Amino acid sequence: MATDTSAVAHANDAHSDESNWDGGTQPFKVSYGKLMMWYFLLSDAFTFAGFLIAYGAIRFSSPSWPVPDFVFRTAPFDNLGLGHETPLPLIFVTFMSFLLIISSVTMVRAVQEGHRENKNGVVFWMLLTVIGGAGFLGCQAWEWTNLIGAEHMTVTTNPFGTHVESGAYLAGDGHGINKGDTFEVGDSYLIHKGDDGYNQLPYMTTSGEEKQQAFGPKAFGALFFFITGFHGFHVFSGVAFLLIIMLNAASGLYVERKNGYEMVEKIGLYWHFVDLVWVFVFLVFYLL
Amino acid sequence: MGHHNYEDAIKGVYKGLFLLAAVTLVEVFFSLAGKGYIGFLGFLEHASWAVYVVGFALIALSLYKAYFIVYEFMHMGSEVRGLRMTVLLPTLLLVWAVVAFFQEGGSWKTRRDVIKQRNEIQVKQVPQTGSLIKELPTNDI
Repeated sequence: MATDTSAVAHANDAHSDESNWDGGTQPFKVSYGKLMMWYFLLSDAFTFAGFLIAYGAIRFSSPSWPVPDFVFRTAPFDNLGLGHETPLPLIFVTFMSFLLIISSVTMVRAVQEGHRENKNGVVFWMLLTVIGGAGFLGCQAWEWTNLIGAEHMTVTTNPFGTHVESGAYLAGDGHGINKGDTFEVGDSYLIHKGDDGYNQLPYMTTSGEEKQQAFGPKAFGALFFFITGFHGFHVFSGVAFLLIIMLNAASGLYVERKNGYEMVEKIGLYWHFVDLVWVFVFLVFYLL
Repeated sequence: MGHHNYEDAIKGVYKGLFLLAAVTLVEVFFSLAGKGYIGFLGFLEHASWAVYVVGFALIALSLYKAYFIVYEFMHMGSEVRGLRMTVLLPTLLLVWAVVAFFQEGGSWKTRRDVIKQRNEIQVKQVPQTGSLIKELPTNDI
């Protein structure tokens, strides 16, 4: 250690390098925990970016890609009582986005009440946040159940295809497509699954060739389940941590720390990040 | 930023809720309009420029939402400059990742077409005359 007089002279100067390196000061004026949460979120952002960029690259490399507002056109309760044949493009997933936005806002309120050392306020707003997160997970569970159980998309099979030429069907599928129905380039279709496997409808192209509905790009299912699954896993862990911290807050643990409920602030950062990632998942999977 | 007054801070939060919800609704509207779902904008489905205009608008609005969440909800705006830079600057690397990988994706597409084409090329049987290599009977191979 340097013990010359100049170091001693600077010891009380908060802006000198020597005192910064002696420890005890926070160069970024945040606690270690908050700083590390920021850096964890940065690294997590890179993971998600890797996933989403892979989606983009594979989508760019495919001659056709399932149209999102055709794939995501269903909602619970038989399309909200409107029936199967009425498409509701992106409506359900917009509702899911609202749930996450609202739970992000209730989280901000919880952090604010924490700064005022208002224990009941923290617990109340955290509880609403947990409910919002759990609601989002419930919606995602329905979405997955519908895709897997009713529409038969798997990690390796993608029944959502796009016509690359115009033509007319030579058979109906009993799900809205009748024999003789015509279609154009770019129209989407879903290959339904019956008792004897996927029912790839035969059709006649305008140039007179007889063909069969082809499966859509394979990667779509895998990318969908991995990316929304990874995000859903983040939501699930977030809900678990929110619950733990909410119970801790209710037990009065953070009252004694007298640091403005910093733990609530840290889980708040994580929770906003989950909402932030959803902004981009929503963009690339559903909007574009 | 800098809401010292409690009432102002609460008002700011609900303004944020309204803003994010409104931007999300506008995004969904743009997305559906671009695919021809919105009655009077149906022509956009067949306009070749629509996909670029709508795509650009959607990406810009999403980046705005991201900025709002990070700066207002996560209070990045009130952190010191050093912390802001150490978190935000590394994300600029992603700009290059997006450019490079999308370029790569486009290239795979053309390569895939070329490979498909070449796979279909039939080998022509040319009768060998005066070849130095003795033609082997097939059962010897």
